[in-house]
Amino acid sequence: MKKHSEPFWWTLFGAGGAVSALFLPILIFLTGIAFPLGWIEVPSYDLLQKWISIWPARILVFVIVSLSLFHWAHRFRFTLYEGLQLQNYHKIIAIFCYGSAIAVSVYSFYVLI
Amino acid sequence: MDSKKYKPQMGIFWWTDRWSSIKFILRELTSVAVAVYSIIFLFYVSSILQGKKTFEEFSESLKSPAFIALHCFILLCLVFHSITWFNLAPQAMVIKLGEKKVPGIVVALMNYAGWFFISLAILWLVTNLLGT
Repeated sequence: MKKHSEPFWWTLFGAGGAVSALFLPILIFLTGIAFPLGWIEVPSYDLLQKWISIWPARILVFVIVSLSLFHWAHRFRFTLYEGLQLQNYHKIIAIFCYGSAIAVSVYSFYVLI
Repeated sequence: MDSKKYKPQMGIFWWTDRWSSIKFILRELTSVAVAVYSIIFLFYVSSILQGKKTFEEFSESLKSPAFIALHCFILLCLVFHSITWFNLAPQAMVIKLGEKKVPGIVVALMNYAGWFFISLAILWLVTNLLGT
């Protein structure tokens, strides 16, 4: 990874860290715990469908998913370097991390927009 | 010893010696929880877009105990991520009001307030607006 691209990845990491910290806990609480266990009633399919057909809602979902992935890519890359002492493989690790974040982001763009 | 040639030999479990480094690695690993859940969330939304049948099947599979347990574990990691993130926010975000620097604790509290407000807004939206 060239030195001058670092601020770019760091910005995505920072934005993703903030977005995921603000949005993901409540979303996982609803979709993963409260809805399946019946603590909170799942809104009817028609309403969910109506809601997600509004394009700003889909853009918001895309932004949350994509930035969260870039947050992971940057942080996980350095966890592998430092945690597992894999500095020698820095190029392949960077390609793997940012590459998968880009691939899933493109996929989510295709699905949502 | 030739200092130029000295390279510290660190094993891959160097961080298990101290609590602070264990906490550091755990904090870094919360990013895995962030990635895993953002993909599950993408599947959740795309199941709505694919039609009623797909959405109902996906919702049904989320009721399995394994999925509930996984989601509880990811939620714990995500809350740890949020807390550590907001606590570090004052170091990354230096806000100035005129000449004076806004104290770090105020910046952190603003972040926590934002977290609280967004969570409450989504909860309110789901229980009041979408449920009727």
